[in-house]
Amino acid sequence: MIAIAELGHYALVLALALALVQSCVPIYGARRNDPVLMSVAAPVALAQFGFVAFAFGALVICYVTSDFSVINVFENSHSAKPLIYKITGVWGNHEGSMMLWVLILSIFGALVAIFGTNLPARLKANVLAVQSWVAFTFYLFILTTSNPFFRLEPAPIEGRDLNPILQDPGLAIHPPLLYVGYVGLSISFSFAVAALIEGRIDAAWARWVRPWTLLAWMFLTGGIAMGSYWAYYTLGWGGWWFWDPVENASLMPWMAATALLHSAVVMEKRNALKVWTILLAILAFSLSLVGTFLVRSGVLTSVHAFASDPTRGLFILMILVLFIGGGLTLFAIRAPLLKQGGLFAPISREGALVLNNLFLLSACASVFVGTLYPLALEALTGEKISVGAPFFNTTFWPLFIPLLFAVPFGPLLPWKRADLLGVAQRLLGAAALAVIGIAVTFAAEGGGPILVPFAFGLAIFVITGALTDIVERTGLLRVPLGTAFARARGLPRSAWGTVFAHIGLGVTLLGIVGETQLGTERIAEMKPGQSISIRRYDLHFDDLVDRQGPNYSETAARFTVRRGGELVGTMEPSKRTFPSRGTGTTESALMTRGVGQLYLSLGDLNPDGSIAVRLYHKPLVLLIWLGAVVMVIGGGLSLSDRRLRVGAPKPARSKAVMQPAE
Amino acid sequence: MLKPMRVVMRFARSILIALTLLTAPHLALAVQPDEILPDPVLEGRARALSKELRCMVCQNQSIDDSDAPLAKDLRIIVRERLKEGDSDHQVIDFLVARYGEFVLLKPRLALHTVLLWFGPPTLLCGGALALLIMARRRSKRNPAGPVKPEGGNLSAAEQARLAELLKSET
Repeated sequence: MIAIAELGHYALVLALALALVQSCVPIYGARRNDPVLMSVAAPVALAQFGFVAFAFGALVICYVTSDFSVINVFENSHSAKPLIYKITGVWGNHEGSMMLWVLILSIFGALVAIFGTNLPARLKANVLAVQSWVAFTFYLFILTTSNPFFRLEPAPIEGRDLNPILQDPGLAIHPPLLYVGYVGLSISFSFAVAALIEGRIDAAWARWVRPWTLLAWMFLTGGIAMGSYWAYYTLGWGGWWFWDPVENASLMPWMAATALLHSAVVMEKRNALKVWTILLAILAFSLSLVGTFLVRSGVLTSVHAFASDPTRGLFILMILVLFIGGGLTLFAIRAPLLKQGGLFAPISREGALVLNNLFLLSACASVFVGTLYPLALEALTGEKISVGAPFFNTTFWPLFIPLLFAVPFGPLLPWKRADLLGVAQRLLGAAALAVIGIAVTFAAEGGGPILVPFAFGLAIFVITGALTDIVERTGLLRVPLGTAFARARGLPRSAWGTVFAHIGLGVTLLGIVGETQLGTERIAEMKPGQSISIRRYDLHFDDLVDRQGPNYSETAARFTVRRGGELVGTMEPSKRTFPSRGTGTTESALMTRGVGQLYLSLGDLNPDGSIAVRLYHKPLVLLIWLGAVVMVIGGGLSLSDRRLRVGAPKPARSKAVMQPAE
Repeated sequence: MLKPMRVVMRFARSILIALTLLTAPHLALAVQPDEILPDPVLEGRARALSKELRCMVCQNQSIDDSDAPLAKDLRIIVRERLKEGDSDHQVIDFLVARYGEFVLLKPRLALHTVLLWFGPPTLLCGGALALLIMARRRSKRNPAGPVKPEGGNLSAAEQARLAELLKSET
């Protein structure tokens, strides 16, 4: 236990040294075509992972044992904190979250070393070297500007505690998911840069880039959704997306990764769009780095941004310039050498996927410009403007809605050349259901915002359009159910993946429309004994109670909820005070009814004993995140497709073993 | 090169300080019950306007979402102006005159925001145009049509072998 922080510190320094070796030796070996030098990469990557894991483990031990002689622990932990928050608190601050970042980066490096046995030696050496360039700069960043292992003398008795807002299970899940997504995109980047260094696109490149991007995409989707739900229940006013720069920082790589996934399909199936896919791979990871810069440099300040030291900002900015500038320059020099392949007509599956890329990137650009423009404008002219939710809602949706409308068409179009009219005819059923949906909403709503029925119609079209493909391919409505079922089992999992991902998109859209357009809100001062009603629910304010938690005290208001006179449950929103920081949180109470929710949060307590309450009825709200879950399931199905595993080059022996198993 | 960056950093730091000072007890409930106007139409307009206005001491929060005292003051100003019969435009003009354009969450279209507003749509149009030109050029190169049969550059012997294979398949 003694000097564990110093051991962790030392392990990180060793990882830095190894990263330097891995950055230079394999790539030199690849140039010289020296197999010994190239083979250095894999074991060094594994050792690097070992040292980083040790360093991270050391920091976790410092937190768990509440070793307040370590500054980072002192500033962000407290001995009375529950164990889970002691552990999650490790990445609930700048230094620790960078440690998590490099830990995940080294895990991915190790994964390439382990699973890359079937890669051509030169490609593998180059990929691992590029991966190590990224790792090297970030280790250096941590060691020079954000070292979590520094000690404090004399050691304080008690820590300053973690920001109460972060003391939530959300912190255990959201950052790790998001970081796996961000950092996972580094694999596609390393492969792209390695291909550019070699000056040719290996067949192995095409097979590798899609599954790894898919993996990163799944985690990114899950991480964003989780963050959104966390913000929704924790911030107390029921918003789930604020177009906050920090959220935008995660949305941009997500959109670029989505575009990359779609263009990688074209590359894999049709050997076309290779150069474009390389560019997207560079862009996707660049946006991850931009996201890291925005959040970690302190250039923006919000709940998420803990850092505010300009030296860090400049360091990350230099990393950014190095990799984005370097990647794009390399692309500009080398791209003309790469061979384009696979011709196709504008109206074809390939054409649709190009269109998808165009719209996704334009929407991504609107987020990018909106996020960075005010910073750039102020830095250049000193003029201050604000860009917030109203701007993004005006510019993002007009670019995203046409894309949603086009989604059902894509998977139905054949490769190379297609007949748009024919596909439109096949979508008539889906369109009819959408029209019915519009009519029903219109009738039920009776004079609300006119956009709502159409937005619902669009969501239904996306969902039924995705199902059309499956219904046609299984012959569900034409052949006996058993046959259709057998056919459904026979379909490749990647086809199911597409269907699920697209359905998820439609489901999320349903949730968004329901929550933003059909929700209701009540704000009132209430005393115990009074009631408040919303839609068909009546909430009776029973009493106020004071309670004691492990490291906080809280005042909770108890409400009994009835619907049409019938008891449906109780809700207990509360306000917590954390004496260690002298701050508090508002804990909202949520009651799930179907896929909608009642949302109740407390405001200030008045001297006369009344308390301000804010009550929302949020229909369909859970669909926003369920849709994301469905998307992730789609990603998982696609990832489990046997083509991705069997398709990879394997020694002939194992292939022969696998064949009869079919 | 570093000067603009330093300006941004300094700005970010001052915002952080303002943030910690003003919103330290982060307790929810932005719009207080006593602020609400009795006239539901007027209150509806006030809420819609509040969502467009920035709480200037907060990070990316509208005055409708924020708990900062300044946001409360602004909410009350908006409601007072509305009660006096101002149109939505007049309320916004009043606040911009007082606090500058920084108060608007959706910047006005002007010379310094042209890129902000038209950048992404221009990218879309430019991209579409580039694709169109590329497709044109490609179809010009292959007058038979955009998709060239893939056996196009086989030798005569290979063509014959292909025909044989195709025959045996059917």
